[in-house]
Amino acid sequence: MGKVKIPRKSVSLDMTAMCDMAFLLLNFFILTAKFKAEEPVNVETPGSISELKLPDIGVMTITVDKDNRVFFGVEGQFLRKEMLKLFAGQYKIGYTPKEEQEFMLLSTFGVPATELRGILNLENAERNKPGLQKGIPIDSADNQLRDWIAQARYADKVVAAQKGETAKGLRIAIRGDAQTNYPTIRRVITTLQDQNINKFNLITNLEGVPVLPK
Amino acid sequence: MAEIDSGGGGGKKKGPKKQSTKVDMTPMVDLAFLLITFFMLTTTFNKPQTMEVNMPDKNNEDKTIKLNFKRALTIIMGKGDRVYFYQGIEDPKVSITDYSDGGLRKLLLDKKKEIRQTTGKDMFVVIKATDASNYKNVVDVLDEMAITGAPTYALADITPADLQLLKKNGLE
Repeated sequence: MGKVKIPRKSVSLDMTAMCDMAFLLLNFFILTAKFKAEEPVNVETPGSISELKLPDIGVMTITVDKDNRVFFGVEGQFLRKEMLKLFAGQYKIGYTPKEEQEFMLLSTFGVPATELRGILNLENAERNKPGLQKGIPIDSADNQLRDWIAQARYADKVVAAQKGETAKGLRIAIRGDAQTNYPTIRRVITTLQDQNINKFNLITNLEGVPVLPK
Repeated sequence: MAEIDSGGGGGKKKGPKKQSTKVDMTPMVDLAFLLITFFMLTTTFNKPQTMEVNMPDKNNEDKTIKLNFKRALTIIMGKGDRVYFYQGIEDPKVSITDYSDGGLRKLLLDKKKEIRQTTGKDMFVVIKATDASNYKNVVDVLDEMAITGAPTYALADITPADLQLLKKNGLE
């Protein structure tokens, strides 16, 4: 029998197309990725089985840490700027354009109105030092959280009107530490209810769904 | 034009040597996919999970719910991860349990069935928290409601009468 010659084929294949696609996807994910902003406080949220995801936009977050300090943050830089202007008008404080710029980049803060300027003039690393920010007052006598929420909701309408859209409303999320005292949480919830906000979200960690006994 | 001379020394000297333009892309593709995986996972896992809470409207007094007290199960979150509960409102017997699977979850499942059988209607859970409880307790109880599929529940403020009841029973 004669030998059959099998032609040797190259094992290297053209990877150009695959490479193109890989980099296209890579670009997409890099551009859409949102990096976690540096925060002045560490919070360990309790777990729940709820799998509902928090939307990216139109959310204000009230953070309560284990020392019962309250922090406030809202998504959207223009919304923040508008909110600061309204808040400054209410408290009769004037902010310089540079301070407004700083505030636009501030994702979460927790200081009384009188100390806000001091925070804005600090460097980012110093500002987020643990223990520096004392929390927003939420006593019934001096409830600044209520004013921030009210101004944020109003600012949302203003910003939407500037774009010629109707405001969709801001969703409210409470991010509490597992060890926070209940009275603080209750005060935050009461603050919301006083403004007729009866629907809000609690941010939790995901836990496995347990099997129920039959 | 810049030229890179990478031809082997010596050999044929007839004209420039034709070189393959093909580059081995395997490491590049490896790296690209690695980064894709990284960004894909970080973007999807970064979104926080939430639990939606609906509170009753404070200002709307017309909507006060009138219900048969036999259907009402009151849960009070106490100090040190203790849970007190009682059924009904007239001279109730306060018992104690905890947040474990065999505690609160079993209680809710049993009561749900029991109330369904005795009254023919669904159970109504009233959740109250004392000042000594913490946020984790609140989330745990709300979570148990979702796990056991409690039909109706509400988060209410604790009343002096409740505190007195706890004291009378030698609790708290």
